[in-house]
Amino acid sequence: MKTIATLPFSGKLGLFLMAFWLLLALFGPMLAPYSPGSFVAYDVFDGISAEHWLGSDYLGRDVFSRLLSGARYTVGLAAAATLMAILLGTSLALTTAVHGGWVDEALSRFMDTLISIPSKIFALVLVAAFGSSLALLLLIATVIYVPGNYRIARSLAVNLNQMDYVQVARARGEGGVYLAVREILPNMIHPLLADMGLRFVFIVLLLSGLSFLGLGVQPPDADLGSLVRENISGLGEGAPAILAPAIAIATLTIGVNLLIDALPGRGRQIT
Amino acid sequence: MNNHVSVTGLTVTARNAAGEEFAIVEDVSFSIPRGEVLALIGQSGSGKTTIALSLMGYARMGTRIADGSIRLGETEILSLDAAQVANLRGNRIAYVAQSAAAAFNPSRKIMDQVVEAALIHNVMPRAGAEAKAKDLFRALGLPFPDSIGNRYPHQLSGGQLQRLMAAMALVTDPELVILDEPTTALDVTTQIEVLRAFKKVVQERGATAVYVSHDLAVVAQMADRIVVLNHGKIREQGTTRQILHAPQDDYTKTLMAAARPAIRESASPEAAPVPLLEIRGLTAGYGKIDARGEPRVPVLRDIDLTIERGATVGVIGESGSGKSTLARVVAGLLPPAKGAVLLNGKPLPPGLSGRSRDEFRRIQLVFQNADTALNPAHSVSQILGRPLEFYHDLSGPAKDRRIAELLDITRLPATLADRRCGELSGGQKQRINLARALAAEPDIILCDEVTSALDTVVGAAILELMADLRRDLGLAYMFISHDISTVRAICDEIVVLYAGRKVEAGHRDTFRQQPFHPYTEMLIASVPELREGWLEQTEVGGPLPAVDTPAGNIDLCPFLPRCALRIDGVCNRSTPPRVRLASGNEILCHLNEADLLRLHFAEATVQ
Repeated sequence: MKTIATLPFSGKLGLFLMAFWLLLALFGPMLAPYSPGSFVAYDVFDGISAEHWLGSDYLGRDVFSRLLSGARYTVGLAAAATLMAILLGTSLALTTAVHGGWVDEALSRFMDTLISIPSKIFALVLVAAFGSSLALLLLIATVIYVPGNYRIARSLAVNLNQMDYVQVARARGEGGVYLAVREILPNMIHPLLADMGLRFVFIVLLLSGLSFLGLGVQPPDADLGSLVRENISGLGEGAPAILAPAIAIATLTIGVNLLIDALPGRGRQIT
Repeated sequence: MNNHVSVTGLTVTARNAAGEEFAIVEDVSFSIPRGEVLALIGQSGSGKTTIALSLMGYARMGTRIADGSIRLGETEILSLDAAQVANLRGNRIAYVAQSAAAAFNPSRKIMDQVVEAALIHNVMPRAGAEAKAKDLFRALGLPFPDSIGNRYPHQLSGGQLQRLMAAMALVTDPELVILDEPTTALDVTTQIEVLRAFKKVVQERGATAVYVSHDLAVVAQMADRIVVLNHGKIREQGTTRQILHAPQDDYTKTLMAAARPAIRESASPEAAPVPLLEIRGLTAGYGKIDARGEPRVPVLRDIDLTIERGATVGVIGESGSGKSTLARVVAGLLPPAKGAVLLNGKPLPPGLSGRSRDEFRRIQLVFQNADTALNPAHSVSQILGRPLEFYHDLSGPAKDRRIAELLDITRLPATLADRRCGELSGGQKQRINLARALAAEPDIILCDEVTSALDTVVGAAILELMADLRRDLGLAYMFISHDISTVRAICDEIVVLYAGRKVEAGHRDTFRQQPFHPYTEMLIASVPELREGWLEQTEVGGPLPAVDTPAGNIDLCPFLPRCALRIDGVCNRSTPPRVRLASGNEILCHLNEADLLRLHFAEATVQ
């Protein structure tokens, strides 16, 4: 907990924003005053009022309740996809760095192939073929973001693999898993975290984008992106129904990056 | 006023993590008469570079010139504003940095970089600056002075770049030249050429110079006056003669003593029927191995080496001679193309795979740079604990006890166990590095330049420790170094590598008496001696006998292009034989003993 106290202001702000959205994703639906799917207001695109904290949407549903349930979809899906992409990308990268040779060659070329597929088209094709579902969205986001993480992690790991301390461990007779997990991985955590923040943001944007096109989370459920799309016609009126989810996406993504940029890197430590 | 540069009461401060200011240079005063060379000498952290940079009105990030006065002629440097200081730098004051290879921009041609300062300060038109630069190239003894400016930095050697950097500094005819460890990164045989070139141009141009170095012997050749620094304070200053012959301060005496390594008595290793480590006909390199068993980039050719139990064998050569590759091959990191490595008479599998845990344990590696050899993410106890778990299945209190023992053996406080290596000093890191190798309880430790990155005094303490460990634990060492005086002081057997070939091998006693292989001779003679005038007297680097274009397709002597004794029609036509001299040394050379004795660089000054 000492780390939190030493964070710069931007880091504390980021931590606060991230914690805020995480808590809302976890407990939000319990706090919701109304069911997200029920029509509770008399008017559409209502302004802020005591009954409806963030007004009502294009069908007269409570925006605040829908935002809470939308945050759960967005944060949950994006966090799960980020973790899966990072785990997969980094473990493959470590394998190739330690093993080298044909394993490296084969995996790297495979990843290049994946990168060469335009990500949005890939997502659209898969959704069109199999129909949208949470599991498919998770899979798409993961597959799209594994190669990028693999590239970054591999270049870090290949450099670290040349370090004398890894050579010493090799000459000691250590196996590949020890080299990867104990010698190499701890020294690439910080850049990986920065990458993770970036990927999380991109995945939020990808999912929001898909939802905006109507291919993401399907009605009556909605993530933050679908909320923006549903209420797009309220934009002209400046309705909170569209501003609230847009602001939510912005604060979530900015918060995550503020925090990760502020984490103390080993290289920057003052001795 | 006779003094060209005068510094009074200079104090530079830095801030620590808690934000407190402390002095890294304290109340330093000295002055330099016009045209003289002053040396700042001290260990790392003594503040010598900080002082040199302050002379240009520059303080590094996080530091501040807190007090004092620096006058260059009539100018008070510390009272100038940023624009005036910028106008001074590269114009009236020039700086030559330690690593020229890092100081040149790799994407621009040499000439553009050399004349840059003259153009920025509008000292002279471009054509004039280029003509001046070519004069300097000639004065500095660079090859092809008229066209070398059209090359890029990667096409030149380290010694050439260092001289080009001097040309860059001198092109504006500065009043003051600061040379910051300009030869530290060079091989001794190159250093001597660069020192000569520097001395010549500094004398010819009558420039006032500050020479920063940790090497007393180099300073003795270059400087008129010496300032000895320790922990940011002046310990002693005086003329070079006075400092060398009658040092007053205890610290100066320590430095002098460390510059002359004490010869250790040679332990007579028991001559077992089977040597501990034997290398037979080893050829290794990088890239694909062709049909004849030669790698595409050969680094080592046909190496034989024997290390007895408890013996220290020195492997010496300049950068690129393949000495580190030899350690990598023995450790199994690089499988050889030809030949074999035998441990206790049993051939080792060439690569890592196939070696048993016990074979791994018996051979341990210690690298030169403890900063990169210790994992920054691990604590000291993790670093030392891993080999204990791995080789000896120790855990819990038994492991902790052994870690404490290892710290004790390497004379480190037990409290270090929980620290990360980023918090340790250079000498402490190198001890941890050594302790990790000891944790395995090896038969032999391969030491790759273990003292090269350390200050002389700290390095001497590490060598002391290694000698004690060898006596107490019966260890054998393969001691890889570029420093012949260290190798001669501590090794029983010495092997000289040149361009991947073993050019000479023998007992260390025979390395004190000529004849030597011409390369060994050059190596020994290139080490600066701790006396004035050595640079003028030594004949190393003189003109070479002319030879015809060497015959192709024949395995010629690798030293042919630099040999002072080469014979036209022999050395450039046929493969040199391996001959045994009367002294017992084995050399790779065409010449006989009488011929070799003609080469007399080293005189009788060899200790």
